[in-house]
This record gives sequence, C-alpha cells and structure tokens, in this order.
Amino acid sequence: MAETIENSHSDEKPKPRVRPIVRFGIFLVSHSFLVSIVCFTSGVLALFLLPVLAKNTYISENALMPGSASPMLSNQHVSDGNRLVKDLTNSNLKSSETGIESHKIIAQYMLDVGAEVSFHKFHPQMNQFHPLHFFSSPDSGKIQENYSCSSYGINTVGIIRAPRGDGKEAIVLVTPYNALTSSFGEVLSLGIAYSVFSLLTQVTWLAKDIIWLVADSQFGEYAAVSAWLREYQTPKFSSMSALNAEMCPDINNLFEIEVHSMAGSKFSNSFRRAGTMTAALVLKVRDQSEQFDDTISIYAEASNGQMPNLDLINVVNYLAVHRQGLRVNVEKLWSFLNLGWLKSLGEIFESLANIAKSLNPKFKFGIPATEYVEGTAILASSLYYQALGVPTGPHGAFRDYQVDAITLEISPKFSLDKVWRNDIILRGGRLIEGVIRSVNNLLEKFHQSFFLYLLTSPSKFVSVGVYMIAFALLIAPLPMVAASLYVDSNSSSNCSKGDSSTPSAITDTDEHGITIRSWRWLNSAKLVFIVHLWGAIVSVLPYFICQIPDCSPTTSFMIWVLLSILSLLILNSVLASPFACVKASQEKEWALVKSVTISSVFIGLGLMSVINFATAEIGALLMVPMCLLARPLKLDVRAGTFRSCCRIICNLVLGHIAFPPAAFFLLKGMLDGFGSANVGGFWMWVESLWAWNSATYLFIGMVQLPCWVLCVSILFHSC
Amino acid sequence: MALLRRPLLLLLIVTHQFLQLWIAFGSVNEEGQKQEEFYEELLLKPLPDRKVLTHFHFQSSAPPTSNGRHHHLFPKAISQLVQKFRVKEMELSFTQGRWNYESWGGFDSIPSSNAKPPGVELWAVFDVPQHLIDPLWKNLTHTLSGLFCASINFLESSTAYSAPEWSFPLASGSLRYGTLPREAVCTENITPWLKLLPCRDKAGISTLLDRPSIYRGFYHSQRLHLTSTGSGSEGMDLGIMLEQTLTVVLQPISQRASLVRDSEKHIQPSWSLSSIFGKQVSGKCVLAETSNVYLLLDRGLVAELKQLHKENEKSIENSLTSENFWTNPSFELSAKPDRIFIEECSLLSKNSSVLYKFEVEKYSEFEPFDLGITWKIPIVWLCQQAPLHASRFLTGSGNERGAIAISLKSTQTTEGFMGAHSNDERCELRVDVFQVVPWYVKVYFHSLQVFVDQQPKAVSDIIEKIHISPSKDKVSPGVMELVLKLPCSMSSTALTIEFDKGFLHIDEYPPDANQGFDIPSAIVSFPNFHASMVFLESDSLNKSPLLSKFQEWSHVMSYTEVLLVPLTTPDFSMPYNVITITCTVFALYFGSLLNALRRRVAEEERFLKDKSAKKTGQLPLLLSKLSAKLRGRRSEPPHSSPVSSSFINSKLVFKVILIAGLAVCWQYYFL
Repeated sequence: MAETIENSHSDEKPKPRVRPIVRFGIFLVSHSFLVSIVCFTSGVLALFLLPVLAKNTYISENALMPGSASPMLSNQHVSDGNRLVKDLTNSNLKSSETGIESHKIIAQYMLDVGAEVSFHKFHPQMNQFHPLHFFSSPDSGKIQENYSCSSYGINTVGIIRAPRGDGKEAIVLVTPYNALTSSFGEVLSLGIAYSVFSLLTQVTWLAKDIIWLVADSQFGEYAAVSAWLREYQTPKFSSMSALNAEMCPDINNLFEIEVHSMAGSKFSNSFRRAGTMTAALVLKVRDQSEQFDDTISIYAEASNGQMPNLDLINVVNYLAVHRQGLRVNVEKLWSFLNLGWLKSLGEIFESLANIAKSLNPKFKFGIPATEYVEGTAILASSLYYQALGVPTGPHGAFRDYQVDAITLEISPKFSLDKVWRNDIILRGGRLIEGVIRSVNNLLEKFHQSFFLYLLTSPSKFVSVGVYMIAFALLIAPLPMVAASLYVDSNSSSNCSKGDSSTPSAITDTDEHGITIRSWRWLNSAKLVFIVHLWGAIVSVLPYFICQIPDCSPTTSFMIWVLLSILSLLILNSVLASPFACVKASQEKEWALVKSVTISSVFIGLGLMSVINFATAEIGALLMVPMCLLARPLKLDVRAGTFRSCCRIICNLVLGHIAFPPAAFFLLKGMLDGFGSANVGGFWMWVESLWAWNSATYLFIGMVQLPCWVLCVSILFHSC
Repeated sequence: MALLRRPLLLLLIVTHQFLQLWIAFGSVNEEGQKQEEFYEELLLKPLPDRKVLTHFHFQSSAPPTSNGRHHHLFPKAISQLVQKFRVKEMELSFTQGRWNYESWGGFDSIPSSNAKPPGVELWAVFDVPQHLIDPLWKNLTHTLSGLFCASINFLESSTAYSAPEWSFPLASGSLRYGTLPREAVCTENITPWLKLLPCRDKAGISTLLDRPSIYRGFYHSQRLHLTSTGSGSEGMDLGIMLEQTLTVVLQPISQRASLVRDSEKHIQPSWSLSSIFGKQVSGKCVLAETSNVYLLLDRGLVAELKQLHKENEKSIENSLTSENFWTNPSFELSAKPDRIFIEECSLLSKNSSVLYKFEVEKYSEFEPFDLGITWKIPIVWLCQQAPLHASRFLTGSGNERGAIAISLKSTQTTEGFMGAHSNDERCELRVDVFQVVPWYVKVYFHSLQVFVDQQPKAVSDIIEKIHISPSKDKVSPGVMELVLKLPCSMSSTALTIEFDKGFLHIDEYPPDANQGFDIPSAIVSFPNFHASMVFLESDSLNKSPLLSKFQEWSHVMSYTEVLLVPLTTPDFSMPYNVITITCTVFALYFGSLLNALRRRVAEEERFLKDKSAKKTGQLPLLLSKLSAKLRGRRSEPPHSSPVSSSFINSKLVFKVILIAGLAVCWQYYFL
C-alpha cells in the first residue's frame, strides 16, 4: 500500500488505475482515525449487544433424546440411598479419625449391588510451575520416593459393566467426598449417586459401562479426580510408589475388606478400567443455601476456557427444568445486577426493539431490561471464568483428556427432615439417571453441538460466529492505524527531504533514501523485540522466585518487581544502547515504535483469540484504546488544545488501568470490594494462574506487559 | 370321545415310533457302516454370580462316502460350501456381550472354546496351495455373509483379515483370521443358523430357543465350527463334521422385591428351564441320535458343597451321587437324573466336577421335560480361572498418539497350578499373544516394552519368539504374535506398545465415524494349560459329542476387550461450508496470481499515457478525481465543469434515496 502511494506520488503525470480493493485499503488507512473510532465503539457496542443476540439452546444431537423415557428410579432406590446416608453419618460419629471406615462402607454397598470395586490410592500432586509445560498434554506425574503414609488419598471406584454392551465406552459419575470432615451435603451427594448406581445395576438398557468415582477430597476435589484420571489414562507401569503404599498399615487394612458378597472376585486392589470415557458428571450437594427453590448450578469452564459440548449442558438443563422442576443456575457476577447504567442500557435496547416491533411485527429481537441485565451478568462471568483459564471444578480434569464433563451442584431449599431428603434424592437421582440415559443413547461421541460458546442464561448461548464479531471489530483498527502511522512517518520525512533537494536529483538519491527509510522500522522492531524478550524473562522469573523458601506473597511480589525492573535496565543497556544515538536522530521515531507495537499487539491478540478467546477479548478491551491513543505527552502539552488535553487525560487513565497489577486490583475491587485487594493477592493470583497452566499468564507476561511498557515509553518519549 | 381319542393317539405314536425305527434301521442297512448323524445336547451350569450358563451343542456329521450330493440330515449349504472353498476347518461366531472371565471362569473348556470377542469372528483353514487361499477366503466371506445375513463380506478387504503364522495351533500359513467387532447380533443371524439343524427349532432341545429370552441374556454367542476330513483331491467327497453351539448366560428372574436382604441375599436363585426360557422340552428331535440335557456343577461348587456336608457330618460321595440326591440338603432337582458322572481327578486340582445327565427321549408332550433346581442354603464359590487375567487398555490422550497396554495379572488360583510346576528351579509360564491392529493405528513395534512386577525388563529376556508383519497403509493390518516366557512367581506383567493415529481418506470413514475406531480383541492363550474334563464311567461317552469335546485337550484361551480409538474425523455435517470456503480461498488465490502474472512491468503507465494523449472523457476524469479524493490528497481539479459533476452527484444521491425508500416501503408493507 505504502509503495503504491509512493509510486503515485513520485510521477505525477500518469494516474495509474488502482484496483478497488487497494483503493479501499488506502481509503481506510488514510481515514484510520475515524475508522478506528467507529470500529472500537461498534466493537464495544456489539459486546453489549451479545445478550440480545443470544439464541435459545436446542438439543443438536438427535440420539440424545432426553426425557423421552420415563424415569425408573423408584422409592426402593431412594431408600437404598438413604441407607447409605444413614450408615455414613453414623460411622462418622463412631470413628472420625480416619476415613477408612466410610470408604469400606461405600465399597461394601457397591459390592452389594453387584458392581466391581477397587480402591485407588494416590498422592496429592502439587501443581508446580513448569516453564516449558504450557499446553503440553498431561503426563504421568513424577515419582517421588519419600511419601509418608499420612498423605494418602483413597478413591473408591465402582464399575458397572453393561450387560450386553461391548465395554468400549464408559460414563463417569464423580462424587467428591472427604471422609475426615464429611459435611452432610457430601454424604447426601453420595446417597443420590448410590441410588442411581443401584438402579443402573438392574436396568437392561445400559450400553456403556458406568464408573462411579468417590473422589477423596481431603487434598482438594480436583487433585483426587486428576490423580485418578492420570492413573486411568497415563499409567506408570514401573513405579515405586505402589510398593510404598503396601507398607502403610492403614492401606493394608483397607484391602482386607471382608467380602461376603456372592461374587468374591469382584473386589480387587488392582486398578480397574472401563473403556473410553464419553462423558463425566460431577455431582455435589451444597450444605446450606438461601435459595427459595431447589436449584441446580452448572459449572462448565475447564482450563484455558475450554467448554464441554453444549449438548451436555442442554440435556441437564432440559431434564432439570422440564422433568424434575429444578431451577437451573449458571454462575453470574452478582455485582453486575446492581449497575444502574446497565439497566438503562437494557431499557434503551428494549425500547429500540419495541420500535422495531411496531414497524414490523416480525422483528422480535428485544428482551426485557431485567433479563438483559441478568444475561449480561452471566455473560460477564462466563467471559471472566473462561479468561481466567482456571477450571471451576473437578470437571476440569476431564477436559484435559478430551472428555466432556460438567459439575452439577444441587443446592436444596433448607431443612434436613426425612421427607425433604427423600425428595432431593429422588429428584436429583432422576436427573442424573436421565442424563446418563441420554448419554448412553449416544452412538458417537459428543460432536454435534458447539464447543465454543458463551452462556447468557442456562438456556441461551452466544456462539462463536456471533461473539467473534465484537472481537474482530475491536482489533480491526490495529492494522490500519499501524499502516497509517508507518506511511505517515515515511511520507512526512520524504516530503521534507523532497523539498530541500533539487528535482533533477530526486530519482537518484531517492532510490537510496527509500531503501534506508523503508528499513528504518527495523530499529523500532528491535526495541519492541527487546521488550517482548523482557516480557518472556519476567514470565519465567516466578519459577525461580518460588524456589526461595519461606517467602510471603508480598515479599515474593516485591522481589519479582525488582528483578523485572533490573532485567529491563540490563537488557536496555546491553542490547538497545549502541543504536540509541541513531534512533535519537529520527524525528518521528515514536510513530514507528507505535506502529510496530500495534502490529505486535495485533498478532498477540489474534493468537490469543485462538487459544483462549475470552482472554483476548478482555485484553483487547484494555489494550486497544491504550495502543491507539498513545502519543508523546510532550507533543500534546505543546499543542495545548482541548483535544490534546482530553487525550492526555485518557492516556494517563489508560496507562494506569492497563498495567496488569492495576487491572487486577481494579477487577478484584469491583468484584469483592477494595478491602481485600493487596499486593500479596496479586502474587497469589499469578501463582494460581501458572499452577493451572493458564494461557492467560503467558498472555499477560508476553503480550500485555510489553505492550504496556512500550505504550508508557511512547507517552514519555522525548521528541 | 375322550376314551376313543386316547387309543387313537397311542396308535399314532406307536406307528410313528415304528416308522422312525424303520427309517433308522433302513438307513443303517443301506450302507452297512457310518451314517449321517445328528446329536443335540444342552448343558446347564449355575454360575457364582447368580446367573446360569446354558450351552446348546448340536452336531451333525456327514461321512466321507455318503451318497453323492444328497444328504439325509446334513445341511446341503454347508457341504457345498466346504466342497467349493476346500475348507479344512472353519469357525464362525456371533457374539453379543462380554464373557466375564473373573466370575464365570476361564479355565474350563466351555470358556476356552466358547468365550468369543464381541461381534463376528471368523477363521478358516483352506486345503489349497498358498496362492489360492486369498481368493477363496474372499469368496467364502461373501457366501457366509449371504448365508447368515451378516456383513461378513467386510472381511473380504485385505485390511480386515490377517494370516497368523503360529498363533493358532493348526495353522500352517493356510489360515485366515478376521473379526468385525462392531457387528450387531440379533435374530436375523440365529434364524439361518437354526435352519441348518434338521429339526430347526420345531422339535427337540432347540425348541427352548425362545428369541426374547436368549437375547435378554448377559452373554450370547452363537458359533459354527466345521471340520472336514478325508482327501482333498477333486471329485472325492469329504467327511464333514458340523458343530453348532449357542452359549447364553442368563439371569434367572428372582422375586427380588420380596427378598429379605441380609439373610437370603446369598442364596442362589432357583430356576427351571421354563422359568429361564419360558418353554419346556417335549421330547427329542426324532432325527437325533441322542438328545441329552446335562447339569454341570463345577469344581469350585462341588468343593464348597463337600465342605458344607462335612460340617453336617454326612458322607460326601453319597450325598451328591446316591439315589436320594434330591433330598440333598443344599439343593433339590426337579427331575431324576439318568446318570451321574464324576470327573476323573486331574493333576491340577483335587476337586472334581459332577455332571448329571438327563435323557430327553423319556419325556413327551404330555410329560414335558422341565429341569429345575432349588437352592436351600446360601453358597458362595469361585469358578476356576485362567492362570493369568488379561486385560487391555489404551493410554495417552489427544488425537495424536497413544499406546496399547496389555496387562496380565496372575489370578489367585494360579498358585495352585504353579505348585505343580514349581518343583524345578526355572519354572516358566508360557503365554502366547496374538494381536491384530488396523492400519490406521500405526504401531511402532520397536517401542514394545515389558514390565514384570512393575520392573522394566529387557524385551529379549521375556519374549521368546516374536513374529511381526507391519501394516501397510490401506492394504493390510499389522499383526503381532508373541510368545512370552514369564517367571511363575510374577504377579503382574504389562506390555506396552506405542502408536500414532493415522488419517483416513474421507470415503474410508465408516458410518458413525465419530464414535471412534475399533482395535479387535487380542488373543491370549496359555499352551502350558489344557482345559479338559475327563469323566468316569465313560462307556456311553462315545455317543455324546459334548462330553468327548470336554475330553479334548485344548489350550486355555482368553480374549481381551475391544478397544475404541478416537481418531480425528472431519466435520461431515459441513461439506457446504467447507466447499464454499475452499472455493473462496482458491478464487482469491488464483485471481490475484493470474493478475500478477498477466501484468507486465510499467505496462499500465504506458497505457495511461496513451490514454491521456487522447481526449479523455467525462467518466475517467470523475474517476481520477474520486481516486484522488480517496487518497485523501487535495489535488487541483482538472478543467471540467463543476456544475455537471454536482448535478451527477445529486442525481446519484436522489437515486440512492429512492431505492432506500422503496426498500423501506417494501419492508414495512409487504413483509
């Protein structure tokens, strides 16, 4: 583009016919300011329009057929479940020092209904920061020799083999349970799962094996589930830990379980498997809640914003709402519900929709303002949790192995009397039964429905095709502005040169000048590259810092900041200084730097949108205005107009907001109030990000931070 | 009337019997030696997990020199098939469900020869030179496919079958083996199978085969095994032995709801033929030589019963075998057995199984045979298991690579067997593994690893013999045959082998491709161990093919699970989107490429110079002005009348407004 301009400029007489697409490009570049304003505002607007544009969910896979069979879970099974609940609560009273007893009880119950049972012992594996392990597939963990007997977790696994199935596929039901401090909710979830389990041993329609995993959650729910999955999917065949386990007396006790069952061979202490997992359900019951209805919350976000297939959520939602009369919740940001401006925005959209409806009754895109506000709150939380890249529950462990999984949390109304408990077991059990039956109907794995979506309510979603528009509009101005800046900086210097030299000598010197000038951006590129290199170093630094023993989060953070600044200075002095003098001579150097920065941000955002869309979206909201507005303060101060004053203010505000820690505190303050935000909190947050292998961490370290540094350096550029 | 009818009926029966006798006599007379024979037998066996194994065994045989192409009893379709394809031995099985090796046992001859992998399994040995085998196999699959209403013809493709070298005992390169794990088995497969029987399911034991009850079972395997004897030369007839078995594991319906849980939970359910099949046997198939029903109590159960009787201070042998067996304190039979066999004590175990024989011919329509067993006391026992329990699973995740792992775990009962062998120092357990892997699962055979008791071992230490034929893409599957020598004392062994997942061409995907792809079962056999039961009092044994089958020394064999490998699949539901996007990309690419190629250097400038030399019209001027404007550069307007341009502009604006108005009206009034 730039060259065509140059060409057209150099020889005036003939007007070369420029092709329309190029002409359009030139038009956009030349009006980049207007275009960027239009694009950015429409991008933000499109983001706020998403709740309005959300579509109703529908069951895409026909084979699922949810709710087409009447539930078979009867009172018999409910009383079975109730018996387990009673026994577990009693055993807790008896001996609560070890959880062995309750695991034995669960195993005995599983055996009684004719399932195969095995125990799985595991060591909780601490999540460590491995700089090179981002995006790598989960490996079977390190073998650590010095485990003590006390740090064992025991998962109890029961497997029902489908009577006529071929055993190629399996459905997993997970109930986290901490035997040491078992809350009533956990026990109740076991009761629900057991009632379903005892039903499933009798049914004839089963085509897939059923695995019931009672995950020992004393080291966290996720750790237990992921340890089991690791053993299931990537077992270590030569391990010492198995031998160690046998040395612990408690564990041995466990395996001497008295089996009076009709099938003594069904119990084994070896790890048992079923086939390829098709879907997994994690079932939890919340202890106390202030809900007015029996509600069920769905958690779906796995690591790096991966979502399970939408059909799984649809099936649960359909069965819960239309069959069991439960209210379905998905997470929302409660603080959004009280925002006045959001409500008024919703009202504006509503009135606009009404006008459109009065024009043509077929235009039905409006939603009521309250629904809009709620949709926005859910959308925001959906974006937030996807962007965080940290799974919202134990289901996240399954997604690492490409298994669709969700967590269902039932929060019952209140009270603990028996009738109510039976009711909860019956309804929860029927829901689980229905979901398992639907998944059981599947001939293929989940593939029909969406994997990339944002929820705006349990029954409404925004698909990737719609939400991409907002993001595309946000980042569209970046390449145009970069191009126009580049062209400007080139042509302005060109013009000034052209005036001074004689017209006859133009062709000769220009050839040389153009080649030099057109490579001048390399200097800026080098600067940008150095800053990005620094970003990479900063992202790796925490690995070394966390090796320092006895370090509070605050001091760690301080060390991190100091080291970062130090490394920036060193890098700058080592790599950037020799050419600084060359750069200083350039007048419009900041424009070139800005242009290259914007290009790199564009590439970074584009890449990130592929890995984790939500992070890219939020990042774009922060970084795009900062990049676009960045301009040396000196210039604006010199100009002294109203427009430049505005720009100074905007720049200063954005420069503060877009700094990652500042953004974190702001977000934290918005969500939880500013009292809880402190310096150590940021360190903890970062730690959790890298522990979960979140790509957001890389994004912050290698895209956002360098961009912020570059923008700040542009702001304070001396020109 | 009733008085009259009875003698008439009697008369009919008598004449019928006489006729039958006469036929038999006549046919024997005709040749003076061997004749076509048909036997029907049924074996019932209670299983430890409250289920019942029913094993139907039908055998027809045609001697080598029967009368030409004509047969009395033997199915003509089979004899034609044998003669046409020169089949020496063949076995075809249709199976639904999995054999539960842990609770149903894996050591007897029933599981070793009748436990089959899910779907269809076919192997055949041909009596022809090597180069003729493959075409014969292909034709055979098509014939069988037509005969049994199954898609056996998919085994025709060379990617679906393999030629094992020495995994099958009788193989000598002329054996072909193929499986279809995904084949659904239902009534359309059993009907043609029944048509091969002389009485179909109209008389004799096969009347029990009530379709809803046999398909309700936990395991259903229908097998057809044929062997031909005699010279393979042309023109000569072959002696053929056709063995048809149906193995079904059923759950007797017990009145669960009324059960008192704790006390009676472990009592085995009582069942009878009529309760598990809904039918009774009313006499034998008149064409059958013998028609017997057996009830087998296996070694574990007998040992347990003896134990119980010892406690009750009763003589052991008498209680099980004496005349008053139905007053046996532990169970009761509803019919009196005609004979009781006790297994000859084998080397391997001290206990022997007991077999009750019931002859069906004694029963008639008026007094149908309905064997029932009622348990009185709770009893728990274990079936004898194969020395090692084999299971196979996939490891790894993602669409790129993974590994197949075969784990062999020694069963508790093995120690007993080992005791017999462990006298010598170097006790070794031989295990044969035969594994076929489809070509799209690209196995790296060098990555074979062996772990014995969780310690990595050198492959050469454990593997005595190995035969590998690597897969060829779209031509042949990979075959791996291993002979392992394991130390007797080991408790677990694991074999792992890594693979890459291949890509298929779009039309090679089967329907429901998103389910994944099957890796057929591996066969694990133990040549050191032989499954056989030798029964005492064998004077009538030669008349019972089932019992002689039990006496045969066959290897203990077990099949592993079928595995499901998820491969990358294209999005079949979006061909339109794919076509449009690729077309767009191609159009853009080729358009710009051709444009760049077509243009010559500075041609455009020359062209424009020529044009400017001539008098330019109104429109080019306007265009150039517009382009100048687009470029955001103030250029001095060429000498043209501004009036006309503004006029044109206003005209344009007017047109646009007009069209927009029309559109709005259209939208508002007509939609």
